[in-house]
Amino acid sequence: MDSGDTAWMLTSCALVLLMTPGLAFFYGGMVRAKNMLAMLMKNFVAMGIVTVLWVLVGASLTFSGSTTLGDYGVLGDLDLWGLRNLGASNTLFGLTFPDNVMIMFQLTFAIITPALIAGAIAERMKFTAWAAFVALWALLVYVPVAHWVWGGGFVGEDIGALDFAGGLVVHINAGAAALALILVLGPRIGFRKEAIRPHALPFTVLGAGILWFGWFGFNGGSAFAADQAAGNAFLTTQVAAATAATAWIIAEAATTGKPSTLGFVSGAVAGLVAITPAAGFVGPLGAMAIGLVAGVVCYWALRLKFMFNFDDSLDVVAVHLVGGIIGSLLLGVLAEEAYGGVAGSVDQLGRQALSVVIAFAYSFGVTWVIARVLDLAMGIRASEVDERNGLDLALHEEQSYVLVD
Amino acid sequence: MKLVIAYINPFRLDEIRDALKATGVTGLTAMNAQGFGRQSGHTETYRGAEYEVDMVPKIRIEVLVDDSLAPAVIDTIEQTARTGSIGDGKIAVLPVEDVVRIRTGERGRDAL
Repeated sequence: MDSGDTAWMLTSCALVLLMTPGLAFFYGGMVRAKNMLAMLMKNFVAMGIVTVLWVLVGASLTFSGSTTLGDYGVLGDLDLWGLRNLGASNTLFGLTFPDNVMIMFQLTFAIITPALIAGAIAERMKFTAWAAFVALWALLVYVPVAHWVWGGGFVGEDIGALDFAGGLVVHINAGAAALALILVLGPRIGFRKEAIRPHALPFTVLGAGILWFGWFGFNGGSAFAADQAAGNAFLTTQVAAATAATAWIIAEAATTGKPSTLGFVSGAVAGLVAITPAAGFVGPLGAMAIGLVAGVVCYWALRLKFMFNFDDSLDVVAVHLVGGIIGSLLLGVLAEEAYGGVAGSVDQLGRQALSVVIAFAYSFGVTWVIARVLDLAMGIRASEVDERNGLDLALHEEQSYVLVD
Repeated sequence: MKLVIAYINPFRLDEIRDALKATGVTGLTAMNAQGFGRQSGHTETYRGAEYEVDMVPKIRIEVLVDDSLAPAVIDTIEQTARTGSIGDGKIAVLPVEDVVRIRTGERGRDAL
C-alpha cells in the first residue's frame, strides 16, 4: 500500500462529501424563501440515510462478488454486509490504499447521486416520502447500476463501457430518475403561470463554487492514485468547467440578451457533469470540446421542460441527464490512448451509446415504479395548503429567515 | 402636526436625509418597499425563462413634523427626490392627532 495514494484518497472522500452541502446551497438559492430549509434537508438527509444503508448492505451488494444472470454480472452478494469482513487490507479492491478508504470514497458518490434528484422535485414533495424514496432508490437503482459499471457487472465487463467518475452511474442515473419522479409528482402550483423566482442566487453561486472545488475529488479521486492520471483528471475537469461556463453565457447573451450569473454557474456545473465520465480518458483539448458542447447543448435543453410540459424545477434533466449523455457519448470518440489507455472509435461510441440507453431505461423505469408505489402507499406530494404556505413551516416547523427576533 | 410619507427611488435616500436634516428635521424612518405606479416593471430572466416583474423596489420615508415645518419638508423631499423621470415617487401628508415620546411620556409637539 502507498501512503501518498491513501492520503490523496482520504482527501478526495472529504472533497466529494462536501459536494452534497454545496449542492444543497446550489439548489437552495434557486427556490423561494419559504422552501429553503426543505430544499437543504432533501439534500442533507441523503448523507444520513445512504450512509446507514451503505454500511449495512449497499457496499456489499455493489462491490462484493457478482451474482450472474446468464453470463452477466447483475448484483453483488451479501458477504460483506455490515462491512464486518472488511478488515484492514486492500484485498477486496486490490488498490494501493486500504479497502475501507475505497468504501468511504464510493459512499460519497452513493450519497450525492440521490441528492441530485432533489432539484427536480423542489418545492412540493413531502419530506417523509422523499426519505423513503432515497432509501429505496439507493438500494434498487444506485446500487445495481454502480455494480454493473464499476463493481464487476456487465456494463463495465461485458459491454466495455467507460465511465471514469460517474457519467452513467451518477448523472444519467440521477437525471433519468428525476424525469420519472416528476412525471408521477406533477408540476408545482403556478408552474408556467406565476413567476417562481430564485430567492437568493448568491447561495447558488457559492454552492456552485463548492461543487467545482469538490469535483476535483470526484474526478481526481477516481484515478484511485496520486499520480499522472489524477493530474490529468484535475486538468480536464477545470478545462471543461471553464469552457462550458463561458460557452453558456455566450449562448445566453446571443439569445436572451444578457449573460447571467446563474447562467455562468449553471454552465460550469454542466461542464463538470459532462467531463465526469471522460476526465481520465481525454486530454485538455478533448475536455474543451466536451465543455463547449455541454455549455451550448445543456443551455438549449432548458427549453425541453416547456416543450414537453414537465416541471423539472431546477433543471436536473437539462444539466445532469443531458450533460451526462454528452460526456458519455463524446468520450467514445474523443478518448486518446495517451491518457487512459483507450482510443476513441466507432466501436467504443457504440458501447457508450448502448450503456447510456441501459442506464437511462433502468433508472427511469424502476424510479417510476418506486414513485408510483410510494404515492399509493403514503402520498408523495405535500398538500396544496402546505405547498402554498411553504414547505419549511409545513414539513419542518422552522423558518429560514427570521426577520424579527 | 403632520406625518409626511414619501415613496422614493432608493438611490435618492441619502441626499434626502441630508437635505431634511438641513431644514431642521430631527428624525425620520425609512423602510424598504415594493410597489407599482405609472413606472412599468422589468423583465427578469432565469435560465432562459423570462418573467415580467411589475413590483419595483422603492423606499418609504416617514417624517413626523410640526405644522410650521411641514411645507419646508414637503418642498425639500419634492426637490431632492426629483430626477424628472417616471418613477420618482409620491408624497402624502396626513394630519396627526397626537405624538408620544415613550421614554419621557411627553405629548404633542414636545414629543417631536
